[in-house]
Amino acid sequence: MLRYIVWRIAVMVPTLLIISALVFTIIELPPGDYFDSYVAELRAQGEGVDSDRIEMMRKEYGFDKPPVIRYFYWVGGMLQGDFGYSFEYELPVRDVVGDRMWLTVLVSFVTIIFTWLIAFPIGMYSATHQYSWGDYGLTFLGLLGLAIPNFMLALILMYFANIWFGTSIGHLMDQQYLGQPMSWDKAKSILAHLWIPVLIIGTGGTASMIRRLRANLLDELHKQYVVTARAKGLSPFKTLVKYPLRMALNFFISDIGSILPAIISGAEITAIVLSLETTGPMLIKALQSQDMYLAGSFLMFLAFLTVIGVLISDLALALLDPRIRLQGGSTK
Amino acid sequence: MNTHSPLPAPGAPLQHYVSTAPFDPQSVEAMTPEQAKVFQASQLRLMWWKFRKHRLAVVSGVFLLALYLVIMFCEFLAPYNLHTRNMDFIYAPPQRVHLFHNGQFVGPFVYGRQMTLDMDTLKRNYTEKQDEVQPIRFFCKGDSYRFWGLIEGDRHFVCPAENGQLFLAGTDRLGRDVLSRIIYGARISLTIGLVGISFSFVLGIVIGGLAGYHGGVFDLIVQRIIEVLQSIPSIPLWLSLAAIMPITWSPILIYFGITVILGLLDWTGLARAVRSKLLALREEDYVLAAQLMGAKSSRIIGRHLIPGFMSHLIATATISIPGMILGETALSFLGLGLRAPITSWGILLTEARSVSVIAFYPWLLLPMVPVVLVILAFNFLGDGLRDAADPYK
Repeated sequence: MLRYIVWRIAVMVPTLLIISALVFTIIELPPGDYFDSYVAELRAQGEGVDSDRIEMMRKEYGFDKPPVIRYFYWVGGMLQGDFGYSFEYELPVRDVVGDRMWLTVLVSFVTIIFTWLIAFPIGMYSATHQYSWGDYGLTFLGLLGLAIPNFMLALILMYFANIWFGTSIGHLMDQQYLGQPMSWDKAKSILAHLWIPVLIIGTGGTASMIRRLRANLLDELHKQYVVTARAKGLSPFKTLVKYPLRMALNFFISDIGSILPAIISGAEITAIVLSLETTGPMLIKALQSQDMYLAGSFLMFLAFLTVIGVLISDLALALLDPRIRLQGGSTK
Repeated sequence: MNTHSPLPAPGAPLQHYVSTAPFDPQSVEAMTPEQAKVFQASQLRLMWWKFRKHRLAVVSGVFLLALYLVIMFCEFLAPYNLHTRNMDFIYAPPQRVHLFHNGQFVGPFVYGRQMTLDMDTLKRNYTEKQDEVQPIRFFCKGDSYRFWGLIEGDRHFVCPAENGQLFLAGTDRLGRDVLSRIIYGARISLTIGLVGISFSFVLGIVIGGLAGYHGGVFDLIVQRIIEVLQSIPSIPLWLSLAAIMPITWSPILIYFGITVILGLLDWTGLARAVRSKLLALREEDYVLAAQLMGAKSSRIIGRHLIPGFMSHLIATATISIPGMILGETALSFLGLGLRAPITSWGILLTEARSVSVIAFYPWLLLPMVPVVLVILAFNFLGDGLRDAADPYK
């Protein structure tokens, strides 16, 4: 088991390196840099431009050096916990980002739990009642969640929440807690606001999860050991739960790897519409103003989150399923 | 003992008996006509039969086919032009089609409208003028257009009465007919997925094919790249790539850029499918036979392997089209995708950006209906195709 864990973590290193190179390329691609757009903005406002100061800042942040060197600076800095400097906010990226990253993790985590809670019983029901009306209806509901664009669902829910409960459901906490340090009341307020984004983001992910659980469970149910168990007179409940479900559970856990990117994607869009205090709204602003270190850190963080999620799901799977553990170290 | 044919006299040759009735050597294992039909059916025919069993998939297929027909003739089918503005009818709610006026059958018609401005809220209120009957005309002359930008024309399938209006889905803030815009928007929204998928299809087959057939270092690198691309959440990646596109580009170029972005990031799933299928198929005996006969690997892949899993690929591709359509909607909604004057469903939904629009002008949400229907249809169609892809199961 230890060997498997070490091997699995070692594989993460090249993956993260490629991701960082990709992210850096993306944020480098737009022509010009932040200072160009900054100067253009100042000119547009009719203000004088202190070109000496701009040049100095360029030098300070290494913009006079070729991109490859800057890439190594950036990666090296990140390894030491220095994510660079946000030009837009004139603060280190770490201070700008603040709790946003943790709130993103919180929203994603709760959404996954929610998705499981919904998808698990529905998938089980659909598989055991294949081609029944309940199967069709529930699958259809799941697909409907997939088909309605997240941002529209967010808008519509915002409207109805306003009418029915009289509350505004934008943001992830009550107004008075914005920018405040974490406290008990703030945590309660966050929990009270959490359900709307979780509901919206979760609807997108459940459909594929239901579909996969249903398919996997159906595969298991058609295997001979189930027939044997039934022939020997095992109760239907036990025939379902004892082995087929345990096998399908494996897929459930390995699915985290594929569902996490989808959930984070959905969370970004929803966060922008609901103006949540997560990474989404800030990422899009940073991208538009070419605040490259801020945008790069966000992208890196989101990718890191999914890589960690996949790692956790792989390790959990290895714990559950000895067959995976045994082939650790060998390449497939 | 057969009494009908008496034994020949001793010493005489035995009489040779030949039955004149036709003899079918397979009479024992003869098949009924139905069985024979199944037995001799080609693979394509078997797939079709299997596909037909999935009712929802067939309905979805017909629905999508109809929609693609619509986008071919949208100039003709839309009652108004894309940019026709009716300045007297801004934010007009949808009109209802009636058949009977004062208990008398008139055929489909709408009532005329009277607009009053609420001076307190500046909200436009529209009331129906119950005495003004405006019969809907069919195959009539309306706004002139250039069909596909080439042929001049002014025939429409439906148009309003002379000097009348026909806003079956209401109008937007510039007084443009929402229904016409939905019809025109379908042209972009439905093709963007197809163009994107064709990009990812080519990339997926080539890269996945090479990785699967040759294996080795190339396979290892491709595997890593796929893993990376799949582990980055797609929407942030789309956002950042879309943000790269210069503002100076023309709308058409941006449309092209967006499809390339959607395609470039979507090939991973297909490449994986191709690779794993190739890994399994290249061990088949017929591949070995082809190799022994000296076929080149390009011929083996192209002639023997790809036809073997084309159906799977098409099914996989169908399921990934909705993602692209949704991606376009989301990007456009955030102002990073297509831009006006290009009209897609995503662009139309940007009109319904704020909660106040939903409160006052809910008909601006109507473009969501085709989006949801199309995505459902593609999903069902993909399910049906996937089931049909392996008809021997």
